[in-house]
Amino acid sequence: MAIEVRIPTILRSYTGGAKVVEGSGDTLNDLLTDLDSRHSGLRGRLVTEAGALHRFVNVYVNDEDVRFLGALDAKLNDGDSVTILPAVAGGAFGFAAAAAMAQHVGAAPAERRARVTAS
Amino acid sequence: MLSIDRSIVDAIVAHARRDHPDEACGVVAGPVGSDTPTRHIPMENAARSMTFYEFDSMEHLRVWREMDDRDEEPVVIYHSHTATEAYPSRTDISFAGEPDAHYLLVSTREPDTEEIRSFRIVDGVVTEEPVRILDAGVDPHAVQSYMFGQSPATVDYECSGR
Repeated sequence: MAIEVRIPTILRSYTGGAKVVEGSGDTLNDLLTDLDSRHSGLRGRLVTEAGALHRFVNVYVNDEDVRFLGALDAKLNDGDSVTILPAVAGGAFGFAAAAAMAQHVGAAPAERRARVTAS
Repeated sequence: MLSIDRSIVDAIVAHARRDHPDEACGVVAGPVGSDTPTRHIPMENAARSMTFYEFDSMEHLRVWREMDDRDEEPVVIYHSHTATEAYPSRTDISFAGEPDAHYLLVSTREPDTEEIRSFRIVDGVVTEEPVRILDAGVDPHAVQSYMFGQSPATVDYECSGR
């Protein structure tokens, strides 16, 4: 089954410049594995070594943020449209914690989120 | 070099002042490939923080879709620093995900004056660029050039050589 995936500029180096690619899978996790078989490295930019979605990447199925659909377990259907957008974030919060945070994006999403919102 | 209409700069500064002391953020869209910012879109700072900003994920999707439909792209991505200078922090550099955008920073730490500076941020490398303010409706050829808050390129505020 075909699922349309919209690729942001910064990740198009993995898709030969393509803005839209197609893939298949019953879940977002399956889809990203399928995409990675043709666009090697793409999955690693979206999923952490611990196997969670990176905190500062937004993935949407149709009009929904996958964080509200079960993240990597989000169910997909033929004809769905998946959009990937790098989060637009930043700010003066520029001390060591922020750098450590960004270098280990996705290592501990809940903890990192707490540190950010607490600042 | 970022060339931008004075009316848009004024609107960005007004947004930054309105949200002060929280950081304000937004986008100026323009036709794809034109490098010309034409449509100012103030965004919600979902973090509502004095030291951090983040686009609301649903607003982000809606605005990016709208740009797509209109054959636009984010020419400028701006945010304010409310207690520090208008220079990209480590956080800004780490999260910069639009290599084609001009990253415009506005500092509102001084109550009477704003520091406005523009940067390219590609693969963690920050390059400052001049900002050229265009006075539309006066004379399109009468262009005034400003360098805002210009400082030596070698100054490394964030010890970014990590």
